Amino acid sequence: MKKTYNNRKYVVITIFLVVGFLFIARLFFLQIFDNSYILSANKNALRFVTNYPARGLIYDRNNKLLVYNEAVYDLMVVPKHVKEFDTAELCNLVGITKEDVIQKLQKAREYSPYAASIFEKQISKTNYGYLQEKLYKYSGFYVQSRTLRKYPLSVAAHTLGYIGEIGTEVTDSYYKSGDYIGMSGLEKYYEPVLRGQKGSKIVMVDAFNREKGSFHNGIYDTVAIAGEPLYSTLDVDIQAYAEQLMKDKVGSIVAIEPATGEILTMVSSPTYDPNLLVGRVRGQNYNKLLVDPTKPLFDRALMAVYPPGSIFKIIQSLVGLEEGVIKESTAFPCDKSLLGCHNHPNATSLKSAIKMSCNPYFYQVFRKEIQHGLASDRFTDSELGLNLWSDKVLSFGLGQRLGVDIPNVKKGRIPDANYYDKIYGHHAWAFSTIYSLSIGQGEMGIIPLQMANIAAIFANRGYYYTPHFVKAIGKNKSINPLYLKKNLTKVSDKYFQVVADAMYEVVNEPGGTASQARIDSIIVCGKTGTAQNPHGEDHSIFIAFAPMHNPKIAVAVYIENAGFGGVWAAPIASLIIEKYLTKKIKRKDLEERMINAKLMSKH
Amino acid sequence: MREQKNILGNIDWVMVGIYLLLVLLGWFNIYSAIFNENHKSIFDITQNYGKQLMWILTSVLLALFIMAIDSKFFSQFAFGIYGFFLLLLMVVLLAGQTTNGAKSWLGFGGFGIQPSEFAKFATNLALAKYLSSSDINIKDLKTKIYATLILLIPTALILLQNDTGSAIVYAAFILVLYREGLSGNILVFGLIAAILFILVLLINKFIISGIILAVALIFIYFIRKNRRGIITVVIFLVLTIGFVFTVDYLFQHVLQDHQRQRINVLLGKEIDLKGAGYNVNQSKIAIGSGGFWGKGYLNGTQTKFNFVPEQSTDFIFCTIGEEWGFLGSFIIVGLLIGLLIRIIFIAERQRSPFSRIYGYGVASILFMHIMVNIGMALGLLPVIGIPLPFFSYGGSSLWSFTILLFIFIKQDSYRLNLL
Ligand SMILES: [Zn+2]
Repeated sequence: MKKTYNNRKYVVITIFLVVGFLFIARLFFLQIFDNSYILSANKNALRFVTNYPARGLIYDRNNKLLVYNEAVYDLMVVPKHVKEFDTAELCNLVGITKEDVIQKLQKAREYSPYAASIFEKQISKTNYGYLQEKLYKYSGFYVQSRTLRKYPLSVAAHTLGYIGEIGTEVTDSYYKSGDYIGMSGLEKYYEPVLRGQKGSKIVMVDAFNREKGSFHNGIYDTVAIAGEPLYSTLDVDIQAYAEQLMKDKVGSIVAIEPATGEILTMVSSPTYDPNLLVGRVRGQNYNKLLVDPTKPLFDRALMAVYPPGSIFKIIQSLVGLEEGVIKESTAFPCDKSLLGCHNHPNATSLKSAIKMSCNPYFYQVFRKEIQHGLASDRFTDSELGLNLWSDKVLSFGLGQRLGVDIPNVKKGRIPDANYYDKIYGHHAWAFSTIYSLSIGQGEMGIIPLQMANIAAIFANRGYYYTPHFVKAIGKNKSINPLYLKKNLTKVSDKYFQVVADAMYEVVNEPGGTASQARIDSIIVCGKTGTAQNPHGEDHSIFIAFAPMHNPKIAVAVYIENAGFGGVWAAPIASLIIEKYLTKKIKRKDLEERMINAKLMSKH
Repeated sequence: MREQKNILGNIDWVMVGIYLLLVLLGWFNIYSAIFNENHKSIFDITQNYGKQLMWILTSVLLALFIMAIDSKFFSQFAFGIYGFFLLLLMVVLLAGQTTNGAKSWLGFGGFGIQPSEFAKFATNLALAKYLSSSDINIKDLKTKIYATLILLIPTALILLQNDTGSAIVYAAFILVLYREGLSGNILVFGLIAAILFILVLLINKFIISGIILAVALIFIYFIRKNRRGIITVVIFLVLTIGFVFTVDYLFQHVLQDHQRQRINVLLGKEIDLKGAGYNVNQSKIAIGSGGFWGKGYLNGTQTKFNFVPEQSTDFIFCTIGEEWGFLGSFIIVGLLIGLLIRIIFIAERQRSPFSRIYGYGVASILFMHIMVNIGMALGLLPVIGIPLPFFSYGGSSLWSFTILLFIFIKQDSYRLNLL
């Protein structure tokens, strides 16, 4: 009888069951006990993608668009997915050479074979159109859109500023490497308003980093919030006109609405087309501008500290009146042994001294302001006098950083006793050391914005609103309360009218230094300046406001190395005023002469 | 007329039912694993899920064909069929196509089959036929040699094709031999060998040999009065240490680099998540992220987004684990093991030894596939590419498993007609 082994089926079945049990136990461990696999799976399949918001738009005071965003397209490549393609055609479409293609592909491959890298940055809209039609032929290539700043009128480059890729110095955790941030001008100052809020999106990706749709239908996604618009105070027509007038000249024009402190225009010349600092040509253009000897990137209106020259005499007058050391009727002879002067009749009153801009007259005024006889020795006397003087001068917004909404504004310099003590030593200087200040020369320095602000103070007869570039922020049009605050000077209101009358005479009476600024239909008040410049020709300066009563515009024009203030700066300022107040220019000859004047060659 | 009624009445509908269920679930899983947005229809013939439906339908035709032909056909022509497929295996070696490093495909103009898949049921037929011959006793050395030859010839041919996975499956026949009377020691030796194998790879071969020697010496000390016992222990000692060194030599010098790497990764000696360890790691992540309930049908991210390679063939279990979770995986494992046990019970009720031995062969082959495939997906076994029966995509494998199973179902339905 053959032995039967049918009990062995139990051994076999046991083996099957043991393996089955091992599987179940392992499944329990992987799927229920150990949670780390869920995390790994998410890390595998989920990508956190940033949604970039559109940057806020910037408008001028009449709601004309100054800055908007334009879509550009980056051609991306995932090297691992690239199949054979028509190299010549791609070169044509993108505008690069065959060597470029090979090099770019190699670079992308070195970065990562599976992750996308930028193959060609910022393809133009037209090229994108052609490319889009053919892209299906290029496996592994795709297009990603981004936005660039665009300046339809190509003006106000310094004011608007530019944006650039974030540097290492920014520590704000909001930004990631490669993000764009405002680097200068309004773009920098209003960065938090303009940038909006980045959103994030979780997308599922496959093993090759290809997007496969949103995660859980996007319940964890946040929407990007677009940047808020800025409503600037600039008048784009005046801005463009001022830039045109400053062509081939070095210097600045700043115009302010006196009643509000709103900056109507600000030109720093030479300037540049803001569209140059955008997109893939940015780096190249930036370097070109950087090495340009005329320094087009330098914002002279806010950063060039100039001697104010004779325009300072109107402040000198007010300080004298306030301190009671002169009266409206005070007369000093034009004693050229004290300070050089041009030939003119002796000033018989303060007004006539201003009108004729007599240097020795203001030497005397300043001497009286410094030497009060408060102390027996002249050093102490000068020290006390200068501090009283500088205290009043500072209240005109000088020697201090105006709260304008652009970063990196210079303070300028109004020296006080402390300042001279540092140079010469305590009690080692007196009036005789510092008399140049009397005519706005010497250690004194003022930026063009402050000059325009002085004009605004005289237009207002005694106060100013902090000059600013933005009158409403965002959709709810909020405004910085700083710009609603009236700043008073330390000179009584009652003294201003005298000087304003003198400024009227400067322009409108025979013998005035700025007859070229006269406009038939508008009463312009102003003061010329001609600042001596050790490096070359004098600087031509003019500040003005108009109309005389209820002024609408205060303007400062500063032209480097152009000579007399009355010859260049005054007519240019009057053209700005005429253009702003009447919207057209009647004095065509003058306009043409000013536009065509090339004053840079004297540099 | 009575016979006609019996055919249908005697078919084991449990096996047929599990078969159909597994095949359909497999099809749905393939659809989910390689789902293509542009070809959403599960019937789309340009996609593998559409093709799998074709394989399923032709498999059903094959099954019907097997049920229709005479029940004695397979036992009568067992050696003929065996011979035919050995011939095909040789043809493949000469004229086959190479896929994934294995030369295992025979092409007939755009259409290919894998003879190694079919060789399994053919070998099973031949072994069953041989062992069921009336004058056979498995205790005889001659029988052992012939049985071993029947198994070794196709194994060797498949190894020559560089298809290690398919060759390993033939080890499953040890269970058949065991059931037919081969000493149970073979299973014990097999287990000891497996443990030694892993220990040698994990620990230095000299340390292992030292431990074995120490154990043997202690053993000899206790049985020092028994000379025969001592001789047995010494022989055992020499064989074991010989095995240890052989394994080490084989591992270091015979295995190919990628095979050695896969084993090292499995043993945790090498961590290489981008290279050899990538598949297994991704597979574990996919299954592990399924949790208890799974992510839901068509909602798997890991399998769908190509993190797991070969997800419609060797790693199909990942889709099950990820989308159906622990619950679904449990049910699938349950169904597969259930089918194996059902086959064993049915085999035991056969009157004809041929049918019984064939049945054990079916269970053993399926078992080996299931163990290696799921074990690999779960990171319990090294990466060996063999399909999960009825689930994995592929015409040859589905056809061969269908033939394998339905020959058995056919035999079983006729068990009452045999004396
Ligand atoms: Zn004079």
